[in-house]
Amino acid sequence: MKFSEQFEARFVEMLTHYPTKRSALVPTLLYAQDEVGCLTDEVIAELASRVDLTELEVRNVISYYSMLTTKPRGQYNVQICTNIACLLCGGEELLDHCKGRLGIGHKGTTSDGMFSLEEVECIGACSWAPAVQVNYAFHENLTTEKMDRVLDEYKKKATQ
Amino acid sequence: MADLVSHPDEVKVVSQRFGQGAADIDRYLQLDGYKAVQKALAMQPDAIVNLVKDSGLRGRGGAGFNTGLKWSFVPKQSAKPKYILCNGDESEPGTCKDRLIFEHDPHSVIEGTVIAGLAVGARAGYIYIRGEYRYLLEIMQKAIRDAYAKGFLGKNIFGSGQDFEVYWHGGAGAYEVGEESALMESLEGKRGIPRIRPPFPAVVGLWGGPTVINNAETLASVPHILLGGAEWFAKLGPPKNGGTRLFCLSGHLNRPGVYELPMGYNLKKMIYEVGGGIPNGRTLKAVVPGGSSCPILASGEIDVSMDFDSMMKAGSMLGSGGLVAVDDTTCMVKFALRIMKFYQHESCGWCIPCREGTDWLKKTLTRFHSGGGVKKDIDNIQYLSENMLGRTFCPLGDAAAMPTISIVKKFRKEFEDHLDGKPCPFERAGAEQFAMAD
Repeated sequence: MKFSEQFEARFVEMLTHYPTKRSALVPTLLYAQDEVGCLTDEVIAELASRVDLTELEVRNVISYYSMLTTKPRGQYNVQICTNIACLLCGGEELLDHCKGRLGIGHKGTTSDGMFSLEEVECIGACSWAPAVQVNYAFHENLTTEKMDRVLDEYKKKATQ
Repeated sequence: MADLVSHPDEVKVVSQRFGQGAADIDRYLQLDGYKAVQKALAMQPDAIVNLVKDSGLRGRGGAGFNTGLKWSFVPKQSAKPKYILCNGDESEPGTCKDRLIFEHDPHSVIEGTVIAGLAVGARAGYIYIRGEYRYLLEIMQKAIRDAYAKGFLGKNIFGSGQDFEVYWHGGAGAYEVGEESALMESLEGKRGIPRIRPPFPAVVGLWGGPTVINNAETLASVPHILLGGAEWFAKLGPPKNGGTRLFCLSGHLNRPGVYELPMGYNLKKMIYEVGGGIPNGRTLKAVVPGGSSCPILASGEIDVSMDFDSMMKAGSMLGSGGLVAVDDTTCMVKFALRIMKFYQHESCGWCIPCREGTDWLKKTLTRFHSGGGVKKDIDNIQYLSENMLGRTFCPLGDAAAMPTISIVKKFRKEFEDHLDGKPCPFERAGAEQFAMAD
C-alpha cells in the first residue's frame, strides 16, 4: 500500500501528538480516503495494522462518520446542504436542480465518474445560504444559475 | 472566503482582527498578539482562573457554563497528564462563527488554549476542527507551525521555563462529536459516543486525564480578558453574562451575516436593525434564537435580551448564537420535519429514547406533512418528544425534543391544517406566489 510522501510525513507527525496510536485514526482515514478515493479493503487493512487495531475495529469507526466511505464517489462530490438556514434560502431547489442536471439522486454518481451528489447536513455556512461544498471547496449564496456555472467550472477542470 | 459584514452597534472583541490578515503570525503580533499569554505566564494559575471567572465569560458552544468555574474543577494534583481540548466541531444548524475565527484569527485560539493550560496546569492542548473545514484545518496547521518556530509553543515557551504543546486534530463528519464526551472519544480514535458522567471530563477526560473542553469562541475570548481585564469584559454584557457574542444571522433576513454584538442585545433589534428585517415584504413568523436545538420563539416573543439568563426566562436558550429568522410563507410542520430529520441522522444510536424517538418522530412528521396525518398524531409528536427529554446520556435527545415541542405548542393550527389528507397549505401558497412573481 503506497501513500504519498506528504501523507507519510503527516502520519509520522500525528503519531507524536497522542499517547495512543489509534488517536490518529479519524483524521488519517480521511486523508487516506482523499488520496485513494475511498476506504478500500486494502486501505483498511493497512491502517488497522499501523494503529494496532483489527480491521473490524477500523470499520466500526468508519461507519460512524458521514464523510468516510468505503464506496467510490465521483471525482467531484457535490454536497448540498438542506438544513434549516439553507432550506429557507432555496437549498432544496438547488438539490432538485442538481439532481436534474446530473441525472443522479442522493449518493448517486454520474456514469463517467465525474460527479457524485449528496444531500448533507449543516456545513457551517448558514449566513451565506444556500451553500454547497464540492469536495472541500465552499460555494455560497447560490442560485440555480450560479450552481450551473460552478458545475461547468468543475466539468472544465475535469476535462482539461 | 465567507463575506464579512458590519453594523454600527457591533462591539468588536473576538472579531477585532477579522479581515486584518492576522492568520499571519507577524501581523498577529502587530495586533497585540501573544501579549496575553506572556501576561498569563507571569501570573499564578489561580489568579488566571479567578480573572476568567470574574469576567463572566460563559461557554460559547451553547451550554453557557461559567468558563473560569469550569477550569476551577480541574484537580491541582493529578497522576495523569491534564489536557485542554478546543471544540471546533461547529455543526449546530444555524451556526457559522467558529469558522470565521479559525479563518481570520487562528492564533487567538492557540493563545487562549495556552492560557487555559497555564490556568489548570496542563502541558498540552488539542484543537479539534470538523472534517468539512479542511481549509481551516490547513490554516490552523500553519498557525501552529509558525508559533512553534517562534518559540511560543513547545519547550520553554517565551523563555519562561514552562512547556506547552498544541496539536491540531481533524474530524470526519459527525454532529454528535460536538458534545464534549463524544469529542474526546473521537479524538481517541473511536466512534463519537457519549460517556456517562460523572466522572466529569475535568476529573477524568482524554486518556483518563483531567480535561478542560472549551468552544473555540470561548478560548478566543480569553486573551482579550487577560489584556482588557475582567471588569471591562464583564461590563460589556448584563450581570453574569460577560462580553460579546458572535451572532450568526441567517434565514429570511435582508442582511444575514456574522455580527459581534454585546451580550444582552435585544433580539427584535437584532432581526430588524442589524439583520435588516424580513425581505420581499413578508412578515416574521418565528425565530430560532441560538441554533436548531433551541425552543423556537414566535414573532410575538422576540422583545427579549439575548443573554443566557434572559433567554432561559423567555423559555428558550441563547445556545450557540445561530439565529435563524423564519417568514410567514414557511410551513412549520415542514420546518419541524427538517429539524427532526437532522437529529435522526445525527443520533449516534447509543441511547434508546433518542435513537428510537428521533426515528419515530421523523417518520410521523414525514407522513403528517405529506397529508397522511391523523389528529392523534399531533399529541403523539408531543408525547414522543417529551419522553426523550432528560432520558439520554448526552443532550442530543433534548436538542431534538425541545424545538419540536415548541413548534407543536406554538403552531398547532398549522398541524391541524394538514389533517384529513389536505396538501400542505404552504406549498400551494408558495407555488402561487412564485407563479405571480413570474
